[in-house]
Amino acid sequence: MNVIVFIKQVPGTTNVRMDPATGAMLRDPSDTVLNPLDEHAITEAAKIKDGQPGTVVTALTMGPPSAVKALQEACARGADQGVLLSHKAFAGSDTIATSRALAAAVRKLGPVDLILAGEKSIDGETGQVGPMTAAMLELPAVTFVRRLNLEGGRIRVQRLVEDGVEELAVTLPALVTVVRDINNPPLPSLRRYVMAKKMTFPVWGPEELGLKETDTGLKASPTRVVKVFSPKFARSTAIFRADGEAGLDASVQAVIDLLRTKEILKKGGA
Amino acid sequence: MEQNSNGIMVLAEVRGGAIHPVTREMVAWGRKLAGQFSRPVTCVIIGIDPDDPEDLIRYGADRVLSVNPGFTGNSPATPTAGLFVDVIREERPAIVIAPATTSGRTLMPIAAARLNTGLTADCTDLAIDPKDGLLLQTRPAIGGNVMATIKTPNTLPQMATVRPRSIRPLQPDSARRGQVLVKTYEMPDSWPEQLLSFIRDERKEINLEEAEIVVTGGKGMKTKENFALLEDLAAALGAGLGATRAAVEAGWAPFTRQVGLTGKTVAPKVYIAAGVSGKIQHLAGMITSETIIAVNEDPEAQMVKVADLAVIGDAPAVVEKLTKALIHLKNKRKGGA
Repeated sequence: MNVIVFIKQVPGTTNVRMDPATGAMLRDPSDTVLNPLDEHAITEAAKIKDGQPGTVVTALTMGPPSAVKALQEACARGADQGVLLSHKAFAGSDTIATSRALAAAVRKLGPVDLILAGEKSIDGETGQVGPMTAAMLELPAVTFVRRLNLEGGRIRVQRLVEDGVEELAVTLPALVTVVRDINNPPLPSLRRYVMAKKMTFPVWGPEELGLKETDTGLKASPTRVVKVFSPKFARSTAIFRADGEAGLDASVQAVIDLLRTKEILKKGGA
Repeated sequence: MEQNSNGIMVLAEVRGGAIHPVTREMVAWGRKLAGQFSRPVTCVIIGIDPDDPEDLIRYGADRVLSVNPGFTGNSPATPTAGLFVDVIREERPAIVIAPATTSGRTLMPIAAARLNTGLTADCTDLAIDPKDGLLLQTRPAIGGNVMATIKTPNTLPQMATVRPRSIRPLQPDSARRGQVLVKTYEMPDSWPEQLLSFIRDERKEINLEEAEIVVTGGKGMKTKENFALLEDLAAALGAGLGATRAAVEAGWAPFTRQVGLTGKTVAPKVYIAAGVSGKIQHLAGMITSETIIAVNEDPEAQMVKVADLAVIGDAPAVVEKLTKALIHLKNKRKGGA
């Protein structure tokens, strides 16, 4: 089987800054990790490989040259190889432009049986790139998956939806996005880390993907960030200081009084 | 798709073969955007035969479009998205919005990719730019530390998924009149996904999203043991118990309790935030609460600024004291009344 896993390098902390002029994310290039949900996707691919010898797992990412780190991490966790989509023409890609590049890379990699991806990244948090890429490749998009079993040319999956669990049988090829319930990613061995650190990966730009530069990046992105701001949600706040025993009592009484006004607590009483 | 496309299309949320109430919120957004422009608001229902389509007209829709009503209630994404694209192509709306639910977050990106247009995820606010009439799509960005407003300037339709509970439904108006239409599009003979079963989640615990009062704890609760104090407070109030992302990541609460952009969105009558700093990522999940009570050591915390009432002090100590006072009141009422 050919399994491709979409991965993303994300900031290691949530304290990323944004350039107020351009809306571009300002990242400290040294502080990055593999998107946590992608660890689950890679782990699932490795599980499939265990049950299906001869399976090749390819990690695919788009990002700056430093995203090689995320590919190495993916290989330490079970991917056999990786491909990096990196070129200045990709800069400023929104989810549509990113998906177009990923779809072109999947086509170039040859017939695929299964694409796995984390349900969303912790930085963008859109969850759009998986289903968009599936649509561009005319594959079914099976999202929010918490269990996956291979049954011949099909997969049987459980999708975690708001009010329960849907069970589906899906004919391959298909794209599956996973939620964290699906598995517990084990820590890779030191040996695998050492091996992965030595791996190198092909780097593809628009030319290798058969895309015009105008088909990628900001120019090919239908959405534009027009404003970035710190929101103002402020209400007029009644402030109580819980200093000392008296302050604490007065504060608690103020909360109880408000709960009464809102009829959360019955009126009257003490 | 330029000239005659000025309508606003709203995708109905279908769950368990019925229209989910979040659809009324989407219709309210549609109405708000239609605003001064007298644009028609069309609510599209895919795959089911709704019991009472006029309900959505009473809540603000001008047209209710039932697409392939006999098809299937809990349908897989491929055929549902196919019908969704068909109806968008025929109707040519300027704007398409859907709730940011598992269903909306699956169907919308598929449709946007097939229509080659832009899509913004998880918006908490929508507006029309008075200068050019384009949709302003606002969402928390980069881990919820700032808000970003996004436009789709050159392609149609402009698409957005919208957080449930980011608007309240309008008051129903039984005098409102509108059209109820049925559309049937051709469908393929088969598709790759087959729904085998659906197992409903029957857990009895208080549903955070529906709770009248929610108590949430953050890193300011300091330890897992302190965090457990919130369970007592929630029990004393009959409240749903929530947690911030930081508290979940610290292992103090399961992910199912997370309130915020990555977790659940709540809009209770009263929201009590104990030791919660109030990052935008969290605020996105609770800012529409009717009354907000913050308990925080830091008077400068964002949560204090958005609160109606703030107690400045050690969150675990205040929570413990408040719980004791509530239990005392309850016992007194039992004894006295």
